[in-house]
Amino acid sequence: MIKVSHISKYFQGRKILDDIDTEFLPGKCNLTIGKSGSGKTVLLRTIAGLYQPEEGFVSYDDRIFANMSREQKVNLRKDIGFIFQEGALFDSMNVEENIMFPLRMFTKMRRKERLDRVNYCLDRVNLKDINKMYPSQLSGGMRKRVAIARAISAQPKYLFCDEPNSGLDPVTSILIDKLIMDITHEFNMTTIVNTHDMNSVMEIGESIIFINQGKLWWKGNSGNVLSSDNKELNDFIFCSALTKKIKEKNN
Amino acid sequence: MKKIKNFLTELGAYILLMREAFKRPQNSVVFFRRLIFEMKALGIDSIFIVLIISVFVGAAIVIQIILNINGPMYPNWVYGFASRKAIILELAPTIISLILAGKCASRIASELGTQRITEQIDALEVMGVNTASYLILPKIAACLIFFPLLMIISIFSALTGGLIGALPMGVITYFDYVEGIRLEFSSGEIVYAMVKATINALIISSIACYRGYTLKGGSVEVGQESTKAIVQSSIFIMIFNILVTSLFN
Repeated sequence: MIKVSHISKYFQGRKILDDIDTEFLPGKCNLTIGKSGSGKTVLLRTIAGLYQPEEGFVSYDDRIFANMSREQKVNLRKDIGFIFQEGALFDSMNVEENIMFPLRMFTKMRRKERLDRVNYCLDRVNLKDINKMYPSQLSGGMRKRVAIARAISAQPKYLFCDEPNSGLDPVTSILIDKLIMDITHEFNMTTIVNTHDMNSVMEIGESIIFINQGKLWWKGNSGNVLSSDNKELNDFIFCSALTKKIKEKNN
Repeated sequence: MKKIKNFLTELGAYILLMREAFKRPQNSVVFFRRLIFEMKALGIDSIFIVLIISVFVGAAIVIQIILNINGPMYPNWVYGFASRKAIILELAPTIISLILAGKCASRIASELGTQRITEQIDALEVMGVNTASYLILPKIAACLIFFPLLMIISIFSALTGGLIGALPMGVITYFDYVEGIRLEFSSGEIVYAMVKATINALIISSIACYRGYTLKGGSVEVGQESTKAIVQSSIFIMIFNILVTSLFN
């Protein structure tokens, strides 16, 4: 379980995160939703230890991240898989080398075992015969899926996804959502997904927090997100014609 | 006052980054693979430009010496002797370092800068990789190993270029030129050139790595930081050139 305790984060004097206090449960897809610029990415990067909060702390299974030694942090990070918005694939490496990287760096697996693991991960993300291709030769959706394959290659306990569906068509989006949901349940991972895609909210929102202006505005799940009386949340959810129609129909 | 503060802040950040970079690699096999890759990218790929520039500048130096120091009172070996001094003491270690600052510093800074803005460095960081050691140490090590070798190539090709430039003028013979090159030769001259090459390798690679690694912004900043890396490493090469020259004499 990941616990975020009253964290605040400032950039150039501006408060980006304001006293966020919540927890993310294992074996569930924990969604963070909110408008662009609301602080979702900063929150995710703070949880992953890429930013240091000015106030509060993040703890992994009751171990406070800031209090860990350098070695403990390195060991913890081996258990983290992070899917960046643009994939962040290493462009000097081909797909196979990208996925193999954490295995080569931190495990004593033999090449054959590593290759088997790469092929298994690629199979999980429905990609085949692209081992020798470079990131620049892949489409946006393929890059995202390779990023997922890399993130799960070392069997992480924690999976962080920063807008995994951004810029993707609805079919690929659903595929990626389903994949994240499946691997979360299968490996009992603590998964945090940043999104503003309402389809993802309804598909995989087992636990949802709504961030607005850097503050935690609302907590719930896909079952009660549509029936909330929180004005800001409703303004966010029911801003499109489609969701408005759904609301009218429900009423 | 603000400029001094900025300089000291940058110097502090540079020292901290280098301290992090010179930590023991997490995986020695991966380190050696990267070292070989960087030796090819920064060293072997620079041989051609070093060769071409050295041959032409070497030829130009000898032609200038012959044109400007020409008279019956000068012995014929003086041209080879003066060329050797100019080439080993200044052309190879300093001028070629400035050329390498342009080629390698921009490559290093833009490569690391692009990796920074495309979140590749963050991706490594979040995996638990010591990014400074993983990305920077092989580049610095490759430059430290290969730049002295490039200097030796430069010395030989410039002296050969000098011969190619001198012979058609008909003032000296092959034997005069070689005699001048060999006259009172001291291995200290080569040591001096190697010391300069090593210091310059450290200056070029570390400044370029610092500029690229700490980059903030987008593609415009990648260009700006690459330019800064070239300018700053060139300035420091000249400053240390004076210091080393003063120390050795």
